[in-house]
Amino acid sequence: MTEEDPISLGLDDTQQVRIDDTGTYPAFSAPVIDIEDVHKIYRTGSLEVAALRGVSLTIAAGEYVALMGPSGSGKSTLMHILGCLDVPTSGSYRLAGEDVSTMTEYELAEVRNRRIGFVFQQFNLLASLSAWRNVELPLVYAGVDRSTRKQRALAALDRVGMGDRVEHRPGELSGGQQQRVALARAVVSDPALILADEPTGNLDSVSAREVLDLLDELHHSGRTVVLITHDADVAETTSRTLRIWDGQILEPSSASATGGAA
Amino acid sequence: MNLIETFRTGLEAVVSHRLRSSLTVLGIMIGITAVILTVGLGEGAQQQVGSEISSLGANLLIVSPGSSTSSAGIRGGSGSASTLTVSNADALASKTVAPDIAGVAPVVSASELLTEGTTNWTTTLVGSNPSWLSVRGRTMAEGRFISGHDVQTHAAVVVLAPTTASELFGGRDSVGQTVDVAGSPMSVIGVLTAEGSSTTTNVDDQAIIPITTASTRIIGGTSRNNLSSIYIAASSSKTLSAAYQETDNTLLSLHGITTATSADFTITSQQSLLATATSVDKTLTVLLAGIAGISLLVGGIGVMNIMLVSVTERIREIGLRKALGATPRVIRRQFLVEASVLGLVGGMLGAILGVVVAIVLPHFISNPIAISGPAIAGSIAIAIAIGVAFGVYPASRAAQLHPIDALRGE
Repeated sequence: MTEEDPISLGLDDTQQVRIDDTGTYPAFSAPVIDIEDVHKIYRTGSLEVAALRGVSLTIAAGEYVALMGPSGSGKSTLMHILGCLDVPTSGSYRLAGEDVSTMTEYELAEVRNRRIGFVFQQFNLLASLSAWRNVELPLVYAGVDRSTRKQRALAALDRVGMGDRVEHRPGELSGGQQQRVALARAVVSDPALILADEPTGNLDSVSAREVLDLLDELHHSGRTVVLITHDADVAETTSRTLRIWDGQILEPSSASATGGAA
Repeated sequence: MNLIETFRTGLEAVVSHRLRSSLTVLGIMIGITAVILTVGLGEGAQQQVGSEISSLGANLLIVSPGSSTSSAGIRGGSGSASTLTVSNADALASKTVAPDIAGVAPVVSASELLTEGTTNWTTTLVGSNPSWLSVRGRTMAEGRFISGHDVQTHAAVVVLAPTTASELFGGRDSVGQTVDVAGSPMSVIGVLTAEGSSTTTNVDDQAIIPITTASTRIIGGTSRNNLSSIYIAASSSKTLSAAYQETDNTLLSLHGITTATSADFTITSQQSLLATATSVDKTLTVLLAGIAGISLLVGGIGVMNIMLVSVTERIREIGLRKALGATPRVIRRQFLVEASVLGLVGGMLGAILGVVVAIVLPHFISNPIAISGPAIAGSIAIAIAIGVAFGVYPASRAAQLHPIDALRGE
């Protein structure tokens, strides 16, 4: 696709490398996600609720990990922190080697823009924009020029099987189709990490299967995928499952347990 | 994201949310139209009352010779002492001596016989200069008034008031004809517009000739430079007292009088009219300010509500855009563009509608509506300022939230 818009990923604290967009990633010496002793406390007036109580977690590049837990377990909170949508109360978070917890709002915006692709349970597409205009949004904020944006957005939609509905608005698409558009949006900027928060939660079983197949495909093309779910069947499709309970991870989260690409 | 992209995104948001955008524009438009019309109605009324009062002579000062304190010297020729001269009038006409005086008309007057063919008519003959017309607030029905050239050349010309003209000429055209004025033939150059009778003199029955012609051909002798009175128009009813002071001081010093009580002239003004004019003007100004303030407040709150609601219902959109990599600055700019475009379009449409209604409506109601530039500019500026403030501020706040809080729509 584009040579002028490289995705830069930090390999260590000081160095950044440019990698060409071949769809696969070299093995990183640093894990994509490395969080240590993360706490998240919500304060409502005098009431304090600890959503995360000392979570440590390492996810290597190319892994396909499911985060499983019942509602209220803190899995969504963890996912929001992993996606830099929220900040931890305490603890450190290194995303692809870079310390995210000390970043400014503007640096975080760039991290969200270039390193992370989100897939939400409610799709979160802008109703006023057509499918391809929704998909190009991350590229708009990345400063990619117009013709390249359209080209990449159409290619991403083609990859998720939505190539024939690029001009449709979200309201004219089924839930499964909307989620596929959202998937195209998540991958259009070639992020290192794809975070999917209950991506099948609002879908029928056929559409859910299609979305999971697409995630699987992304994983096979070398991307790191973290999937949040409360559904054990969904979790089974991943290469590693982490169980979260009451704000803590139940199983040891060593990245070496399953290694990189499955 | 560069400025052009930001601008495009903002414009697209305006266009794609047609209903919301048109409602916002409508709200701003109605607010501005209301401000323009209420202010215009108020100003129209103020101007109407002001012009009616000034047509009654509220700007007028009359200087008459003699120290009469009963101020009876309104009628020309009643002076008991001949103390006012043409040079006094010339001094008062100077802008440096009396800046608040708009016009000075020295007047000599006498009752004289006018003859046209076999018709005789005795009327008040007034000798004055070209300022007389504006100082007395008269207009020409036909022909022209006395010119400066007529005064210089002692021209034998006369301007007739309408009653005088019809008494002498019947229904015939009088301009261009010749009339015998106290034995001197003079050509009629114009006829005044009818004014209606005042209580003291019939202003529609008089003949006006150049003051120089009057002093050399009609009056003559030693009193030729003495004036019956000097009519002075202040530049407005507000400067009347300043004009009074300037007249008083100038004449006292010209006449070499040190104490005001021993003045050999009397200045009179229409004090009761002036008092009325002043109080009406004050009342209308307060009323107008109140109306404009309330309209702006109502319009402003309308704009504020629309912008607040519009932004609040889009907090999730802000959250999503942030999740996809928009910085707070980019979000702020997008909403700034949106609010400015809506404010500007609404403001312009409101101004156009307001002006059109202000032009059309007076044809159906009796009240005049003034088109006030400051009201138009002020209301547009305030609408845009309020629109931008209440469109950008909440958006800017939302842009500072963690994306997940905005996404939850808090």
